Amino acid sequence: MLKNISLLIIVLIIVISCSKEDDTSDLGNNDDFNRKAMLSNIADNIIIPSYQDLNTKLGVLVSTKDDFIADPNTENLSALRTSWLNAYKSWQFVEMFNIGKAEEISYHFQMNIYPTNDDDIKSNIAIGGADLEHPNNNDAVGFPALDYMLYGTGNTDFDILNKYTIDPESENYKFYLSDLVVQMKSLTEIILNDWTSSYRDVFINSTSNTATSGFNQFVNDYIYYYEKGLRANKIGIPAGNFSSNPLPNKVEALYNKESSKILALDALNAIQNLFNGKSYNTNSLDSSFSDYLNYLNKSDLVTLINNKLDLAREKINLLDDDFSMQINEDNTKMTNAYDALQTVVVLLKVDMLQAFNISVDYVDADGD
Amino acid sequence: MIFNLKTYLSKNYSASPLIIFRIGFGLMMLYSIIRFWAKDWIYTLYLQPKFHFTYYGFEWVKPLGNLTYLLFFICGLSALFVLIGFKYRVAIITFFLSFTYIELMDKTTYLNHYYFISILSFLLIFLPANSSFSIDSYLKKKSYRLVPKWSIDAIKLLVSIVYVYAGLTKINSDWLFKAMPLKIWLPSKYDLPFIGETLMQQNWFHYAMSWSGMIYDLTIPFLLLYKKTRWFAFGLVVFFHVFTGILFPIGMFPYVMIVSSLIFFEAGFHHKIILFLKRILNYFFKLKQKIVVKEIYNFKHQKTTIIVLSLFFIVQLFLPFRYALYPNELFWTEEGYRFSWRVMLMEKMGYANFKITNSKTCDFFYVDNQDFLTPLQEKQMSFQPDFILEYAHFLGDHFKSEGHTNIQVFVESYVALNGRSSQPFINKNVDLYQQKEAFNPKEWILPFNDEIKGL
Repeated sequence: MLKNISLLIIVLIIVISCSKEDDTSDLGNNDDFNRKAMLSNIADNIIIPSYQDLNTKLGVLVSTKDDFIADPNTENLSALRTSWLNAYKSWQFVEMFNIGKAEEISYHFQMNIYPTNDDDIKSNIAIGGADLEHPNNNDAVGFPALDYMLYGTGNTDFDILNKYTIDPESENYKFYLSDLVVQMKSLTEIILNDWTSSYRDVFINSTSNTATSGFNQFVNDYIYYYEKGLRANKIGIPAGNFSSNPLPNKVEALYNKESSKILALDALNAIQNLFNGKSYNTNSLDSSFSDYLNYLNKSDLVTLINNKLDLAREKINLLDDDFSMQINEDNTKMTNAYDALQTVVVLLKVDMLQAFNISVDYVDADGD
Repeated sequence: MIFNLKTYLSKNYSASPLIIFRIGFGLMMLYSIIRFWAKDWIYTLYLQPKFHFTYYGFEWVKPLGNLTYLLFFICGLSALFVLIGFKYRVAIITFFLSFTYIELMDKTTYLNHYYFISILSFLLIFLPANSSFSIDSYLKKKSYRLVPKWSIDAIKLLVSIVYVYAGLTKINSDWLFKAMPLKIWLPSKYDLPFIGETLMQQNWFHYAMSWSGMIYDLTIPFLLLYKKTRWFAFGLVVFFHVFTGILFPIGMFPYVMIVSSLIFFEAGFHHKIILFLKRILNYFFKLKQKIVVKEIYNFKHQKTTIIVLSLFFIVQLFLPFRYALYPNELFWTEEGYRFSWRVMLMEKMGYANFKITNSKTCDFFYVDNQDFLTPLQEKQMSFQPDFILEYAHFLGDHFKSEGHTNIQVFVESYVALNGRSSQPFINKNVDLYQQKEAFNPKEWILPFNDEIKGL
C-alpha cells in the first residue's frame, strides 16, 4: 500500500510541474461564447432579411405575371423573365435554411427541384387544376418549372408567346403559370410569417448541444446544403461526378441558358456570408460560425475556409454563364470547380464539426 | 511470506460475493437488452443497414433478418436465467454465445464495455456463481457456504485489468499535455446546469480531468483491494462513473462498472444483501423447502479450469500491447486499437469520398455514401482504415454486379485527430479493390505528420 501512496504522490508532483510548463501552447477559454447572440445575428440580420427580400421579389413576380397574363406580349414577357431571375437569385440566399416551418411543409421540395419534368408540366397544363403541393409534382413546380414556362415551351420567343396567346391550350398555360407563381409566393409568406411571429425566438433560444437542438440542426443543414445543394446539384451532378457520363441537362436554369453561373455564385456568396456573419442588407459583420471558431482558437481554420471559398469562386468565375454549354464544350473546367468546392467540404465537415463537437445528424447509439 | 500456488488454490472464501455478482450481472444484462430493444436499436443498427462491417475472421457473423429479434430475446432470457440462477451453466454459456454473436454482427457498434461484457461472461462460465441462493440450489436442495477463493479473485483481476490498462493508455502526450480530447468535448457541454458555462470552459479543468482520470484508472483497483480505503474508493467509483455518465452518451457502462466494483467488498457486506433479498422473497413466496447447506463447493475439473483461465488471462494481459508490433502511430492507423481498453482517448473525424474508375477507359464517378451506409456507419467508416477497405470491396462488388467492368476503387479521405487540422488519410492512388485485409501493416495509410508520445 505504501507503494501505491508513493506512486500517487509522484504522479501528483508530475501533474503540478508539467501543467505549469505546458501552458504556452493553448490559451485558456476563460470567457464564454454567447451562442444566443450568434443565433440572434443569424436570424435577425441574415435569415429574416433574406426571406423578406425573397418575399418582395416574389411580390414583383406576381404583379409582372398579372401584367403578362392580362396582355401576353414581348415586353411583358421580358419583364416577367427579369423578375423571375431576380427572385431566383434571391432564393439562393434562403435555400440553405431548411429548418422550422420550411422543413415541416417541404418548402424546398416545392421551390427548386431540378431538372424539372416537362412531361409532368405538360400533363398538368392539359388537365388543369393540378394539386401543386403533391409530392409527385415537386419536379413540376417552383423556379425550375417557371424556367420551362418562360424559356422552354418553344424554340423562339415568338413560339413561347404563342403558347399564351393563340395556342388551343393558352388559357390552361396562363392558368398554370399563374398557379405556380401564386403558390411560390404564398408558401414563402408562410415561412416568413413563421419566422417573424414565433420561430425566431425558438431558434435563438435553441442553443443546447443535443442532436435535435436548433443550433446543431442548423449547422448540419448548412453543411448538408453546401455538400448537396451547392456542390453536387449545381456543379457535380451535371459535370458527371456521380455518374458514368456528364449530364448537361441537369443544370440549374436549363432553359434560360444564361444564368446557371450567376445562381451558383450567389449560392456560394450566401454560404460565405453566413459563415462570416455578414448581414444581408448592410454588409456589416457580426457573430457567426467564424467567431465561434475564433473563440475555439481555430482562427487558422477561418482563414483557410475563406481562402478555399474564394478559390472556388475563382474557378466558378471561369465557367460559361450556361453550365450545359460549358459541360459540352470543356467539362474539365466544371470538374475543376467541383474539386475546388470539394476541398471546403472537408474543412466544414471534419475540422469545423470537430471544433464545434456537434454530433452528426441523429446518430442515436451509445458511445464508449 | 512466500506465495504458494497450491495453498492459494485450495483456499476457500464465502460464496456471497460471487452470488451477488451473478445477480447484479444478470440484472444489468437483462436491463441492457430490454433498453436496447425499447430504443429500437435492433432495427436501426442491425436490420436497417444494407451492409455490415464485419470483424476479420468473423465475416460469417451477420444479422439474421427478423430472427435477430429472437437472438436478442434468447440473450435477454439467458440473462434472466443467470440472474435467478436457473440452469446456470447452460444460461451463462448461452448468454456468452448470443451476446458475442450480437457484438460480432457489425463492428460499427464496437464498444469497449461490450467487449468487457463478452469476456466477463466467458469467465463466468467457469465460476460456481449458482452455488447458493439460486433456483438451481433450491431445486437440488443443496447449497454451498464456501467457494474457492480464486473464483472471486478472478473477477477482481479482470476488473483490475480493465482499469489499469485504461489508465496506462491515458499516459500519452495528447491526453496529459494537451488535455485532448477532453478539451474538445468538455466545452461543448455548455448546456449543463451550473458547471456548463463555468467549469467546463476552463482550461485548467480540462487538464485536471485528464490527469485525475488517468490517476483514477491506475489506482482504483488497489484502493478497492485495500480494506481501509475501500469505502472511499467505492465513493470515487460512484462519483466518477455517474459524472462521466452525465457528460457522455455511454449508456449502461457506468452502472456495469459500479456493480462490478462490489466484488471487492468483503463477504459480510454481500451476506447482508442476500439476507435482505431473502426476506423479500420469503414475504412473497413463503418458501418452505429445506436446503441442505454444505460447506465447500468441489470443482469437478478444477485443474483444467485453472489452465483455461490462466491462458485467458495471459491473452488479456498481452493482447492490448499487440499495437507495438505495428510501425505507425496507433491512434492514426488504429492497427491493434480495439480490445485494448482504449476508452474515450480520441476525438477523430473523417471524410471519405470514394471514386469508382474504369481502368481501361479512365472514366470515373463518385459514390454517395448515404446510398449504402447509415450516418453512424459512415461516421465510423470515415476514419478507420479497416472499415474503409471493407467498404471499398463492398462498393467494387456492388458496381460489378451492376454491370460495370475493369473496376478500380479509390478513396480520397481526410482525418482530423484530437483537434489537429485534417490531413490526407489514405493514399488516393492505391486501388483498394486490389488490397486484402490482413494483420500486416496497411501500407496504403498515409503517414501521420505528428507524434503522440506515450504508451
